[in-house]
Amino acid sequence: MEKMINLTIDGIKLQVPKGTTILKAARSIGIDIPTLCHYELKGQGIENRPGSCRVCMVEVEGKGNLAAACATNVSEGMVVKTHTLRVIMARRTVVDLMLSDHPSDCLICPQSGKCELQKLAIDLGLREVTYAGEKSEYRIDVSPAIIRDMNKCVMCRRCETVCNSLQTVGSLSAIDRGFKAVVGTAFEQDLSKSTCVMCGQCVQACPVGALSEVDNTRQVMSAISNPKKTVIVQTAPAVRVAIGEEFGMKPGSRVTGKMVAALRMLGFDYVFDTDFAADLTIMEEGTEMLQRISKFIQGDKSVKLPIMTSCCPGWVNFFETYYPDMLDIPSTAKSPMQMFGAIAKTYWAERLGISREDLVVVSIMPCVAKKYECQRDEFKTNGNPDVDYSLTTRELADMIKLLNISFSDLQEEDFDRPLGESTGAAVIFGATGGVIEAATRTAYELFTKKELGKVDFTELRGLAGVREATVDFDGTPIHIGIAHGLGNARKLLDKVRKGETMFHAIEIMACPGGCVGGAGQPYHHGDFSKVEKRLQAIYEEDAAKTLRKSHENPYIQSLYKDYLGEPCGEKAHKLLHTIYFDKSAKIEETEE
Amino acid sequence: MTRISLNSKKIETIKEICASFGNKPSEIINILHKVQGALGFLPKEVQEVISEEIRMPVAQIYGIVSFYSFFSMKPKGEHPISVCLGTACYVRDSEKVLDEFKRQLGVGIGELTDDGKFSLDCLRCVGACGLAPVALVGEKVYGRITPAQVKDIIAEYRDK
Repeated sequence: MEKMINLTIDGIKLQVPKGTTILKAARSIGIDIPTLCHYELKGQGIENRPGSCRVCMVEVEGKGNLAAACATNVSEGMVVKTHTLRVIMARRTVVDLMLSDHPSDCLICPQSGKCELQKLAIDLGLREVTYAGEKSEYRIDVSPAIIRDMNKCVMCRRCETVCNSLQTVGSLSAIDRGFKAVVGTAFEQDLSKSTCVMCGQCVQACPVGALSEVDNTRQVMSAISNPKKTVIVQTAPAVRVAIGEEFGMKPGSRVTGKMVAALRMLGFDYVFDTDFAADLTIMEEGTEMLQRISKFIQGDKSVKLPIMTSCCPGWVNFFETYYPDMLDIPSTAKSPMQMFGAIAKTYWAERLGISREDLVVVSIMPCVAKKYECQRDEFKTNGNPDVDYSLTTRELADMIKLLNISFSDLQEEDFDRPLGESTGAAVIFGATGGVIEAATRTAYELFTKKELGKVDFTELRGLAGVREATVDFDGTPIHIGIAHGLGNARKLLDKVRKGETMFHAIEIMACPGGCVGGAGQPYHHGDFSKVEKRLQAIYEEDAAKTLRKSHENPYIQSLYKDYLGEPCGEKAHKLLHTIYFDKSAKIEETEE
Repeated sequence: MTRISLNSKKIETIKEICASFGNKPSEIINILHKVQGALGFLPKEVQEVISEEIRMPVAQIYGIVSFYSFFSMKPKGEHPISVCLGTACYVRDSEKVLDEFKRQLGVGIGELTDDGKFSLDCLRCVGACGLAPVALVGEKVYGRITPAQVKDIIAEYRDK
């Protein structure tokens, strides 16, 4: 049995297991101690607590110095006071000192209103910066997806922890020392030249405005106001269960209809759904999966398994950088966003009778890496991209605020047809395990030629970092692996590389929880329960749909009949599949 | 995509050193120490090779190299000169000695003379405080030096 420790916090007696920090003990009884450098994704094995910011200091009776609550374990008989005058004055000094080397451009900072340092300064009632001192000066680094302004860095090292421990990417590290110490890349090179895969979890973790996504809202506004352009929008599944948070609604609020109404008010000519393209992805990826598995079962040695999902751009960047020897394993199917773009700029543009240059495709994504994905050369025709701009959930919320739309009062509206119709299978793309569940629903029926009794594959759901399950395809066991978070992906891939475990199919999402925990989603500030609520909402949205299997989407059926031909056929292959590149570091030996 | 090129002999040396420490990331300080000893300095190509060998992100290796003043990413001279600016030396005017080295050699701290003969650095304490102020040329320690002696010390090595 765990040893229990008795202590008193703010006069309340409590018992917690040995090894608990003061911070967690206090939070367990509803006492909130402010923090800045502390960042935890509960259940995902990630906790950043360098104890460096000193904001969480508390008084411990009998101890001379104040203790950092995040880094001090409880002990028997401990008496803690969290909000004495001494504690509050010390916290004020700490924040005051941080502000002495922090730009005071809060009014125009991308993080304004969401900044944890700003909130601390407000809560602590700081009215002047006492200590005028030297300011750090760093150049601003702009990558295709992420902007780094290290002048605003407070050295909490949350980004470093997620980059190294959660994602095992290792692009960011503390460099230099003393006053010059900062979080940076190797040799202070541009992020785009480093091993960064642009998953953006560092942006999600940053408490201040040091890391932010590239802002594309102005380009979108200007396209909308250009009468020569037809501007259409597609929304990813995870956006509809999260954007409500930006307007004060509860995490997990399903606001699909309000979101559609808001997009129409913003002036988009057609409001479509990435979910339509997710159904299309299942047709392509599911067919490819079935072809590979069938050949494998028949004993064809040229077939490589497992087949891996390829929807997630952070994940694609990750395997191109770290697993170049496995480039032939992921499905060649494009992501739903890119499939949507490819269909919109061919099929839909032809139907409207306009050129692809006059059609502007905007995507709303829970993602930062999508900004990079839509700029990839292989997704362009004559220099014109299939998807022109990708905005995060946060950027869409910013645009809605810009137009003074009262989001929570909006009447619900429905997506336009045909590219707005979707099934429940498409919605669950937003949750870890969802893509493979959607593929299983379709692949099962195509493989067994029988109708599924129950479409819910609960064995594929959950939030464990690495999951394995076997689905019975009417007598044929199909082994499935699932990982979310790139560190977990690495664990699963290393097993595959070593041949330790045999999988038929694997789903990987770069962000913890899948797209619901995406880097472009409203900031959760380390409260992972928000991500869990979004995840539940995704499954509710699926359950509420009449059609729940991608191949039953009538508009998908007619798209194949009228335009594409067969799934994985010649035209489908040309428009909906892609290739991957080796992006690993290369060391050349020279004689010189 | 990072593409770097490096002399195959140097790559071999680095690989041997990494292997002698079992290619363990926890041995990074020892590895950097030895590699700098063998190659003179730690340019980014060298750090990339170490990263590849011991499977440690190059950003973390750079973090260590940039943290410790002992590690250098710039080449050292044939005769590296270090002037101690530790407390004991400093109060006995080692800064004036350092300034004289700068003037005589025409280089700043962390720089190399054009002919590659000398490089100049400062350090904090070599454990010879009784001899303060102290300067090192290579591994030889010069104690109780005055700015006036600097010219002669350099001359000793000029034609070596």
